[in-house]
Amino acid sequence: MATFQRHRVTPWLLLAPQLAVVAIFFFWPAAQAMLQAFYVEDPFGLGRTFVAFENFARVLASAEYYRALGITVTFSAGVALGAMALALLLAVLADRVIKGAGAYKALLIWPYAVAPAVAGVLWGFMLDPELGLISAGLGALDIDWNHQLNGGQAMALVVMASIWKQMSYNFVFFLAGLQAIPRSLLEAAAIDGAGPWRRFWTITFPLLSPTSFFLLVMNSVYAFFETFGTIDATTAGGPGGATRTLVYKVFEDGFIGYDLGSSAAQSVLLMGLVGLLTLLQFRYLERRVQY
Amino acid sequence: MRYRRRGLDIASHALLILALIAFCLPVWLAITAATHDQASLYTGTAPLWFGSEGLDNFRAVLTEPVGRLGTDVTRLLLNSTVMALGIALGKIAIAILAAYAIVFFRFPLRRLCFWLIFITLMLPVEVRIMPTYKVAADLGLLNSYVGLILPLIASATATFLFRQFYLTVPPELLEAARVDGAGPWRFLKDILLPLSTTNIAALFVIMFLYGWNQYLWPLLITTESDHMTIVVSLKRLLSSADNLVPWQTVMATALLAMLPPVAVIVLMQRYFVKGLVDAEK
Repeated sequence: MATFQRHRVTPWLLLAPQLAVVAIFFFWPAAQAMLQAFYVEDPFGLGRTFVAFENFARVLASAEYYRALGITVTFSAGVALGAMALALLLAVLADRVIKGAGAYKALLIWPYAVAPAVAGVLWGFMLDPELGLISAGLGALDIDWNHQLNGGQAMALVVMASIWKQMSYNFVFFLAGLQAIPRSLLEAAAIDGAGPWRRFWTITFPLLSPTSFFLLVMNSVYAFFETFGTIDATTAGGPGGATRTLVYKVFEDGFIGYDLGSSAAQSVLLMGLVGLLTLLQFRYLERRVQY
Repeated sequence: MRYRRRGLDIASHALLILALIAFCLPVWLAITAATHDQASLYTGTAPLWFGSEGLDNFRAVLTEPVGRLGTDVTRLLLNSTVMALGIALGKIAIAILAAYAIVFFRFPLRRLCFWLIFITLMLPVEVRIMPTYKVAADLGLLNSYVGLILPLIASATATFLFRQFYLTVPPELLEAARVDGAGPWRFLKDILLPLSTTNIAALFVIMFLYGWNQYLWPLLITTESDHMTIVVSLKRLLSSADNLVPWQTVMATALLAMLPPVAVIVLMQRYFVKGLVDAEK
């Protein structure tokens, strides 16, 4: 690559804005989070004491934490698998009908632009115990819906709203992946007598595995972090902590409970968890994926 | 083609149209609910058709202070616009400059700078939220546009994308520019920027959506309604009612909150899809 050689100051001038913002709003707070995790601070900020790993021990010994972990796993698995399965089904259908695939893409893409919190509010209305269209339908089936009281239903609500928002993203990628599969391959299989079902599982699905793997990572990250707004605007972690995910717990302990040390320790654990997940995904999943 | 079956095609279309209807249902219900008044809304299940209030609910939320928000929605829309534009333009600007320095200059610590920026891709703001809030508070950035924008600019996705793009620029271009006596600023302004317009447009769409749809950060950093964003205001509206949720107001506000980002995506879909595929793959 050709470069400008005799400029010593220019590159630093160019880099300065980015480095300044990253230093002040990324590295400084990240370092603070690490440090804070080893201290107990009084809520009024009057002083703090070094406690080594006590915050971590306290977090890891609390049943609450494992409950939030379990809820996070359930929630993320529900969102990722639901959003991917539905998107794949629709993408396969759209890919079949060569005429109109583009139109369907244009019509299905917009929920991606809707804020997670707004998605939560829209679904909260459809499932409102008094007014909701879906809750009324469920009522007719003798299912009493009230996500403000029933923890399982609250979880179902946030999962549905999150799937609704995330599906279009997955759909765009699956459709692109499907359209990249050579038609001749599918036609040859058809001539050999393979039906649509068989063609899907022996040709299409394996060839889609890189896309699926990528989407699994992206969906997990989405379910972990971006759905905070969905949860806060609809169930606020409730009822009785039934939708309190790990990220929500960090927020609650830090900003509502003012337990800074514990919140910071949880942040650090969360960072570790995210790193571990990424690593595991790459180590164990990538090997089975055909590129 | 031998393997195509007409019946399956028709079934596919039918299923897709069904899915489309199901997809649009939440928004349809929001539109109909927003055109009713509270009394007619609460007569039974959510109405499937428009009510008599027409655009009155929208006019009301846009021009009069709403419930416990203490401000009208016009103000919230303005705040969200400033935040989303600030994040999109700010990220693009600092990213172009940083990527330009990393790709087109040789200087000591170049690798280190690259890695320092790269690491920021790994930690979303949600994880380091407490200390970031503290930094912003110490700098006096609570309830300010700078506070809403700057901390969210501190990630390097955009820098990365511009770096990838600049690496594909043929070296001859730079050499020719140098022979013609163009300095670094000239080269950036007259050659590189015009070449990057598509990338800039694609990133703009994605970053605008990212900024507009932010929730946790504006929730923390704005305590007064003059800097609150519209997405965050929804929760206050929901919890504001002592007895009945004013769904017609909530839905009118929710629709206004989703209109700008959806409009951006529909108008710039071509760039958006390109941006998505480039950004994440």
